[in-house]
Amino acid sequence: MLTSAPRIVTSRLDHEDSYTLERYLATGGYKALHKALRMKPEAVAAEVNRANLLGRGGAGFPAGRKWSMLRAAETTYLVVNGDESEPATFKDHLLIERDPHQIIEGAAIAAYAVGARLAFIFCRGEFALGLERLTAACNEAYEHGALGGRIFGSTFSLDIVVHPGAGAYICGEETALLESLEGKRGFPRIKPPNFPAAIGLYGEPTVVNNVETISALPWIIQNGGDAFAALGAGTSTGTRLFALSGRVARPGWYELEMSKTTFRDLIFDPALGGGIADGGELKAFIPGGVSAPWLGPDSLEIGLDQEAVGRAGSMLGSGSVVVLDQTSCAVRAAWRITRFFWRESCGQCTPCREGGHWLEKILRRIEEGDGRFSDLDLLMDVCDNLAPGVSWPPEQTTICVLGSSIPSSVASALRMFREEFATHIRTEECPFAGAPHEMAGGR
Amino acid sequence: MTAHFSAENRARAEALVALYPQSRSALVPLCHLAQAQDGWLCAEAMEEIAELCGTTPAEVYGTATFYDMLHTERVGRHVIAICTNIACLLAGAYELVEHAERRLGVRCGQTTEDGEFTLEEAECLAGCDAAPCVQVNHRFVAAGDAASFDALVDELAKGRRRQEVPRHGVLCRIERTVGLPGSEASPRRQARS
Ligand SMILES: Cc1cc2nc3c(=O)[nH]c(=O)nc-3n(C[C@H](O)[C@H](O)[C@H](O)COP(=O)(O)O)c2cc1C
Ligand code: SF4
Ligand code: FES
Repeated sequence: MLTSAPRIVTSRLDHEDSYTLERYLATGGYKALHKALRMKPEAVAAEVNRANLLGRGGAGFPAGRKWSMLRAAETTYLVVNGDESEPATFKDHLLIERDPHQIIEGAAIAAYAVGARLAFIFCRGEFALGLERLTAACNEAYEHGALGGRIFGSTFSLDIVVHPGAGAYICGEETALLESLEGKRGFPRIKPPNFPAAIGLYGEPTVVNNVETISALPWIIQNGGDAFAALGAGTSTGTRLFALSGRVARPGWYELEMSKTTFRDLIFDPALGGGIADGGELKAFIPGGVSAPWLGPDSLEIGLDQEAVGRAGSMLGSGSVVVLDQTSCAVRAAWRITRFFWRESCGQCTPCREGGHWLEKILRRIEEGDGRFSDLDLLMDVCDNLAPGVSWPPEQTTICVLGSSIPSSVASALRMFREEFATHIRTEECPFAGAPHEMAGGR
Repeated sequence: MTAHFSAENRARAEALVALYPQSRSALVPLCHLAQAQDGWLCAEAMEEIAELCGTTPAEVYGTATFYDMLHTERVGRHVIAICTNIACLLAGAYELVEHAERRLGVRCGQTTEDGEFTLEEAECLAGCDAAPCVQVNHRFVAAGDAASFDALVDELAKGRRRQEVPRHGVLCRIERTVGLPGSEASPRRQARS
């Protein structure tokens, strides 16, 4: 159902100049920061707790709870995760380019609540325009008195540094991100002991929150945690920004009330996805970024709700939904997703580095018509090595969850479309039109 | 050691280093700056970056090679990246790659002889609602079909898009100018020793 819930993080995006300070101020910007600075830091955190704001970066951990887990220390850092590289996810990109002041205001509110005096916005390097907009917005915010020493005349001071990434998916993982921010290769750290709340940036306690999580804070402070929690249902409160792509008539971003809106609404409502592209038929959809197991047409009635999607054996993850239709080859889709993980593996863990490579090679040969029937068991066997039992949520044998995410698409494709794999092997070719004769080569 | 950064970029580099509690953190931003100056990351630049970050050139090289955007070998003036990940694949990205390879006469990962174009197969660029998604020097461009791709290449070759598509320009157009550490407005004036 389409509800009348307000747009919380995309409220000013209909304005061409939504990224300027002028527009931001004209649409109520920086009022929440004024308000927060008149509250006690604990009261700000309590408001976010009441909202039950779940992290929007993929893992869905409550932001308020994360803040309360910080080790007490002299120095605390806040890091905003804007590395967005999960395939088919493009919501943070939108917020960075189109509403950078909202991120700065949200970051200032979060920093005030957790006692950080220095914050970093880690922005994916490929977002050249986004980096410019963030940097320009920082300059404007300083001049406006919203950043720097004694913000708006209060006793609170904050500096924000906009930091560019340089092209590595793994740097979205929070501990790899911190390594990268320290000027090193993006190798995820071993947890325990390296939970950022205890041992984060430069060894100090650090909060890492996603761009969308941070962007929701000004609204929550202005309207109250209860108003946010009144939207959605159960633990999935508020609205969420969904990125819809693939074989759908109207790909794009849609901010929707959680839980009450279903996947059917998102994909088929004329005001949202508008149905399958070219009047086709839904074959499957990926509900939360390519780390998530696929769902079929029988799952369309599920609400956009973290727990409900979890019960269905997948996850809402990064809030991106990819639609496959009857013209989409399941083998090719699984191959391309696996190829991504293989390329982006940092290489520290053997199951991830080697397993990803094996899966990519096997899927490629099936897609190119050189597969064998024994490959089907082999695929599952490698998956089992990456995530024992190939269940959901996956067992983890690796330092970070990139490795245990690789089986999601492979196992989904095999479970849902085994016949299609068999056809590839039997006929020694891909049955779908437009199969590229030569899929791009190595790295 | 002879200075490799221009005087202006050297000043910018020092300002970048000053933003961080530890100078090593500026390593990636400085690599971007060097690429904005030279188009790629040459040995001389890495030496100067090492000096600025308090580390060794080998550490800079070892770190830079981890990152796809940092080029330790020469690339073309225009690096064209075509995303072939899932949403773009479903929109015909591989067909576009094939066309691009024919049009430019190079395979993915290669540079044209005149040094004008490098073609790259990219992972998701977070532009999936306009698939297939194409960037030139990390600027999004509309070139999702063969005809518009060709038109883009023509424009670029004639140098008509220099403003919009600066040379490896991730850090080149806007810089942080207010509240820099050491300045009046900085909250960190006393914090740094
Ligand atoms: C391989 C991998 C990639 C990730 N990429 C991102 C990302 O691009 N952006 C993001 O916010 N979180 C990403 N995450 C999740 C972060 O580790 C972290 O949970 C998140 O930034 C916390 O913010 P939140 O609690 O506000 O969601 C990734 C995790 C993994 C394992
Ligand atoms: S699981 Fe993969 S990406 Fe994660 S630390 Fe291990 S090798 Fe690196
Ligand atoms: S899949 Fe190509 S831009 Fe996202």
